[in-house]
Amino acid sequence: MYTTDLSGKGKGKAEKAVAEDPALVAAFEARVASDEFIEPKDWMPEAYRKTLVRQMSQHAHSEIVGMLPEGNWITRAPNLRRKAILLAKVQDEAGHGLYLYSAAETLGTSRDEMTEALLSGKAKYSTIFNYPTLTWADIGAIGWLVDGAAIMNQVPLQRTSYGPYARAMVRICKEESFHQRQGYEIMMHLADGTDAQKRMAQDALNRWWWPSLMMFGPPDDKSPNTEQSMRWRIKRDTNDELRQKFVDITVPQAEAIGLTVPDDKLVWNEERGAYDFGEVDWEEFYAVVKGEGPVAKERMQARVKAWEDGEWVRDAARVHAEKRAAAKLAAE
Amino acid sequence: MDAVATYALRLGDDSLILGQRLSEWCGHAPALEVDLSLANVALDQIGQATHFLNLAGELEGKGRDGDALAFRRDVMDFTNCLLVEQPNGDFAQTIARQFLFSHYQELLFTALMASKNATIAAIAAKAVKETAYHAVLASDWVVRLGDGTDESKARMIAGLDWMWRFADELFAMDDVDAAAIKAGVGIDKAALRSSWDTRIDAVLAEATLMRPASRRPVLGGRVGRHSEHLGHLLTEMQFLQRAYPGATW
Repeated sequence: MYTTDLSGKGKGKAEKAVAEDPALVAAFEARVASDEFIEPKDWMPEAYRKTLVRQMSQHAHSEIVGMLPEGNWITRAPNLRRKAILLAKVQDEAGHGLYLYSAAETLGTSRDEMTEALLSGKAKYSTIFNYPTLTWADIGAIGWLVDGAAIMNQVPLQRTSYGPYARAMVRICKEESFHQRQGYEIMMHLADGTDAQKRMAQDALNRWWWPSLMMFGPPDDKSPNTEQSMRWRIKRDTNDELRQKFVDITVPQAEAIGLTVPDDKLVWNEERGAYDFGEVDWEEFYAVVKGEGPVAKERMQARVKAWEDGEWVRDAARVHAEKRAAAKLAAE
Repeated sequence: MDAVATYALRLGDDSLILGQRLSEWCGHAPALEVDLSLANVALDQIGQATHFLNLAGELEGKGRDGDALAFRRDVMDFTNCLLVEQPNGDFAQTIARQFLFSHYQELLFTALMASKNATIAAIAAKAVKETAYHAVLASDWVVRLGDGTDESKARMIAGLDWMWRFADELFAMDDVDAAAIKAGVGIDKAALRSSWDTRIDAVLAEATLMRPASRRPVLGGRVGRHSEHLGHLLTEMQFLQRAYPGATW
């Protein structure tokens, strides 16, 4: 899945205050501007490093927290095929988390540090996962809309300037594309099913549509980090551009299966060659970013519980490995 | 159902119920790597279940497929062994269950590759590779937890203690097994016991753990006499099929 950059405003200014050799900065900027990849051992401005760690760890956290709303339906999947697909999909998200944490670790922050930041509430994750999955149709809607939005965000990141991040995204995008299709296929099936199933599908679209549009982040005029991130090729399109693209692609998909996008203001604009659409409820967005999403507490509680309940297991694995290493050393 | 169909059903039910149990861990495991590996094992089990249950339905010949068997039977018609329906408990209890079962399943599938039922032989040939990995995974964790910290050792002992009473059922033989053997389809499970014991004892020794004391076995799963846990598992698993009869998904 995906997270937008949800960091607070103004942090960039403090980071810029660190004195760095202007020649190094200029060489770095030139490399990035010519679309070269920056690799872990290359010199990079501290602010670039921090921004990347923040973005990549938020992205990784989103994958991990994102396992929960869908995991909620694995044990209740309606048949064996759907169960296997959903299990494989949620497992993919765990794998994405793992690549992303590993890629972020190349910048000098450990996975445990990133995890602690998530569990203490210091680090953010995508707001979308703080909404509940109430029916089976939500699993379809998440694949179709949430993974659909994620792909929109992630495809450009395959060309992002930081090499390990870009390479992780290549693999992730392939899997997300499969996730998106499986979600849409669930929705197609429901929309073509009984009245109860149609109702379930429409209800899921009603609830997930606006939160999906929020996944692209605040409007461009309120996105403080966009300019620098675009210059650094950490980001390649603006939030509003991606949001528009998502609407233009998704609305016909909804129509094709007879579902109605819950937006009175939605209309095709011939002149722009794009849909005009209503305003996202930004007050809700900022509230969810602050941790006031409907199931934000449940999500964090589940992550904290898994981490705390698992501590003795991780300790045992570490102690056992130390015992093995000591025994091997003694034998040599 | 005749004996051969029931034989396939039992194989499918074991895999289904264990896969369902393991999938409860998804998103909640002690570490990301563990989450991935438990999901892998769960996926393998669900895959095996799909093949075996579809076969059981075909052999029965009444139009039931794997989904009908998985989602529209009640407790008394489930034929899985009691071991696989046991609750996950803590990670050590989950590993104890996997450890005892995967070694059995690997030996079982190895033998079933010679089944005269070509479908069972083919499923076994594919699944034996999966179960060999499950057995290694579970054994590695038994060793890590048994020879880890004091706490992990105590938990591993408790996990094995919980599961041990259900081990004998894995090797128990009845009329269905006898008829399946006669048909050249099934195998003598009792004959797997000594290999299983050898494997289990070797891992326990490496894990610095004692083999739990023998005790009166708890039996009944093969004929539908289950623990209280299974009904709750089915309630959750079968919810949609029960709530929306006749709908397809």
